[in-house]
Amino acid sequence: MADIKSSQWRYNMLGYAFSGISLGSVLLLAALGLAITYGLLGVINMAHGEMLMIGAYASYVVQNLFRSWWPGAFDAYLLAALPVAFAVTFVIGMALERLIIRHLYGRPLETLLATWGISLMLIQAVRMLFGAQNVEVANPSWLSGGWEITPALTLPYNRLAIIAFVAGVLVLTWLLLNKTRLGLFVRAVTQNRRMADSVGVPTGKVDMLAFGLGSGIAGLGGVALSQIGNVGPELGQGYIVDSFMVVVLGGVGQLAGTVTGAMGLGIVNKILEPSLGAVLGKILILGFIILFIQKRPQGLFALKGRVLD
Amino acid sequence: MQTALSLRLATRLGPQPLKLAGGAALAVLLAMPALHLWTDPASSLHVSAYTLTLVGKILCYAIVALAMDLVWGYTGLLSLGHGLFFALGGYGMGMYLMRAIGHDGNYQSDLPDFMVFLDWKTLPWFWQGSEHLAWALCLAVGVPGLLALVFGWLAFRSRIKGVYFSIMTQALTYAAMLLFFRNETGFGGNNGFTDFKRILGYGIAAPGTRATLFLLTVLLLVAALAAGFWLVNSKFGRILTAIRDAESRLMFCGYNPLYYKLFIWVASAMLCGLAGALYVPQVGIINPGEMSPANSIEIAIWVAVGGRGSLIGPVLGAGFINAAKSWFTVAFPEYWLFFLGGLFIATTLFLPRGLLGLLRRHKEKA
Amino acid sequence: MMPVTTSQALQRESWDGDTPASGRLLQPGVDVTHGQILYLDDISVSFDGFRALNRLSLSIGVGELRCIIGPNGAGKTTMMDVITGKTRADSGSAFFGQTINLAQHSEAEIAQLGIGRKFQKPTVFEAMTVQENLELALAGPRSVWASLRARLSGQQRDRIDELLTLIRLGEQRARQAGLLSHGQKQWLEIGMLLAQEPQLLLLDEPVAGMTDAETEKTAELLLTLKGRHSLMVVEHDMDFIASIAGKVTVLAEGAVLAEGSLQQVQADERVIEVYLGR
Repeated sequence: MADIKSSQWRYNMLGYAFSGISLGSVLLLAALGLAITYGLLGVINMAHGEMLMIGAYASYVVQNLFRSWWPGAFDAYLLAALPVAFAVTFVIGMALERLIIRHLYGRPLETLLATWGISLMLIQAVRMLFGAQNVEVANPSWLSGGWEITPALTLPYNRLAIIAFVAGVLVLTWLLLNKTRLGLFVRAVTQNRRMADSVGVPTGKVDMLAFGLGSGIAGLGGVALSQIGNVGPELGQGYIVDSFMVVVLGGVGQLAGTVTGAMGLGIVNKILEPSLGAVLGKILILGFIILFIQKRPQGLFALKGRVLD
Repeated sequence: MQTALSLRLATRLGPQPLKLAGGAALAVLLAMPALHLWTDPASSLHVSAYTLTLVGKILCYAIVALAMDLVWGYTGLLSLGHGLFFALGGYGMGMYLMRAIGHDGNYQSDLPDFMVFLDWKTLPWFWQGSEHLAWALCLAVGVPGLLALVFGWLAFRSRIKGVYFSIMTQALTYAAMLLFFRNETGFGGNNGFTDFKRILGYGIAAPGTRATLFLLTVLLLVAALAAGFWLVNSKFGRILTAIRDAESRLMFCGYNPLYYKLFIWVASAMLCGLAGALYVPQVGIINPGEMSPANSIEIAIWVAVGGRGSLIGPVLGAGFINAAKSWFTVAFPEYWLFFLGGLFIATTLFLPRGLLGLLRRHKEKA
Repeated sequence: MMPVTTSQALQRESWDGDTPASGRLLQPGVDVTHGQILYLDDISVSFDGFRALNRLSLSIGVGELRCIIGPNGAGKTTMMDVITGKTRADSGSAFFGQTINLAQHSEAEIAQLGIGRKFQKPTVFEAMTVQENLELALAGPRSVWASLRARLSGQQRDRIDELLTLIRLGEQRARQAGLLSHGQKQWLEIGMLLAQEPQLLLLDEPVAGMTDAETEKTAELLLTLKGRHSLMVVEHDMDFIASIAGKVTVLAEGAVLAEGSLQQVQADERVIEVYLGR
């Protein structure tokens, strides 16, 4: 009797952990690029959510192309959507940095407002191109269904795939930031822009590429989101507040902080949800974050140093 | 006498080129309710109920813009949560208006309709006393004030500023929106409050009621401008700009910025609440959509377009953008967001001091 | 916080007057019976493993003008951060006079207790006029309520005039502070410091970016303050330090390396090594 109970409890916990990690990995995809650009430029990109949205629409377009031209290879559309989504958002991100954000450096609050303006325009543009209604993005057959552990607990393949995908993106980002010259430059500029500038790091180019990279990661995130939720013009809006909270909680400048922040938020959210409901859980988490930054205003992981004003 | 007062106010409030315009605008605003009440609807001078409501609504927004300017333009704290304070004020007033419906609702019950619909038998504790307008007004001002006090104390004490402060306030209004969307929260869920019948026994849509509410809004705006003017020209106001420009210098001068920020932040929230309380009876509805983060950010752009760090600027900005909005949404609904988005970008890139800055620059050149 | 009456009485004292120096130094609240205004004892601060201050001990006498020198990264600014409450020490203690433990006070409180600080980069309120900058700094109550009702008294006006003359900005009083030259901003900041009536002034590179003539004037100014105030000056400009003489403390790697007259420390082998060894 007790045995059955405890095994049931274990499966419940596993279920929470799984859905928490699943939510956390989605948040991580949304927040990763945000954390990079915030750490690097000190600006909040309010149009970041729209990069997710554009990534999701990119997979919609690729899906439709496959459906009409290569119906036989339909299951492979998702793989083709990844580079397309990344390329589109990478280019948009770089263009934004070049055309607008660059001119607002040193004025973070104005940047926030300007990028919000960009996000409004992107949302409306997508509405006019694809309609205000949600569009349908199908799961390829290899992502339908799930892995049944017990009759009560099935882990859907699309969620599992996202977790694996996020892990992959994370590894790539880590390699890019820690093993390449661009990554070295990005880290250098994050820690001390003036110094980096004076030792010959092309800060302007680094800013642009990093902004493109952050946007591109969000674009990849959009492809993942298209597999688990509705795709509509306002898709990004739903994630923006949560991904900001990840950045606040995790601190900037270190991947580990963002990962911990995202997973922490995801898991705590899912643990609170059954007893409190999604909304009260979210409010409780917000309250917790406000109290948390009383103790650690710089977030969980921060680069400490002499305070420069 | 009206013009004399308005002229005197304009002299004290605005820079040179705006003096006459301000005086004239105030005179027109004060004349509008009279033209609504006492002219023949067929006459070309008549002000329709639609126009009066629209302008009244915009005036409420102007008050919010003013409140926002005090914390952003002068103190340097960009709040993305001022829509929340406004909406809370609106809900406070809305509670009274719901109770004032009495038995005239669909279910002819003592309770507001949405509670009957949810099968509630008694009023929740926080609705007690809401049948009195005075208490509802206390809630409309006090609840935003209290929320601002608690949030502000926590945020300012841990020295949260810049974009961190902005996104925390955004998260706050987002969380509140989710909360108010729930039916169980007790504020009508998605639909919020609407179908108001009367206020203090007068019909809510009666011309006299409309005119009175409008006049009250004009008076509140003028009072807010006067108080704001006095505040920013006092030593207190200079300390606010000092916080904006060099907070650490101010601390090493022996001032604790916490209390200054808290004071202006709470005062600003309370002013928003009052504006919300005047807004709801005029437009006849309040729902959680007012708390959406997008609304709060829009307030910031009213201020930016008009010119932050000046008191008249935000009022102009709120007027201009909302007038444009009501025109666009009729003429080219599809392009409104492009216009608004473009305005966000163009203002931040090319007009850091807003329209008022542009006017001033013209004057300096001439 | 010091009582208003005392600070008002002090305001009447003129810069060149012959009131005894102790009038400004012996304010209630700061016990300087042992002749020392500041004691730093065994202070350590580290940032992520980097030790900015390493068991630093230092004391400043009442009315003394102390110069602090040292190579970059020696911990000079961090030391000022600790004294003014901006950074908390990991260990050790900092006392103002005999009794006031600085670790228990916030930046604003420390400033009110009587420690004024000038930053490395001149920081003034750029959107305000020179006079308004001084007004904000004037000693007096610091509460929100007081600021709402504040009116400038005749005495305060006189004091501002006096300070404007002292920092040679009389002509610029109605000018926006942001429009001043670099050197003038430095002076304005020093003027703001003096307006606070501090007992201890911490000056971080007060003559950086000044012309030779301005530097000379600043040296004169500091010499007139010596005795009435206690001063701690961080500078790199050796000529300037020579011109204000006094005792010199050399910091290196977060601790005191040498102390003495300028000639003494300049002759010290270890000092030469830290400066030339890098």
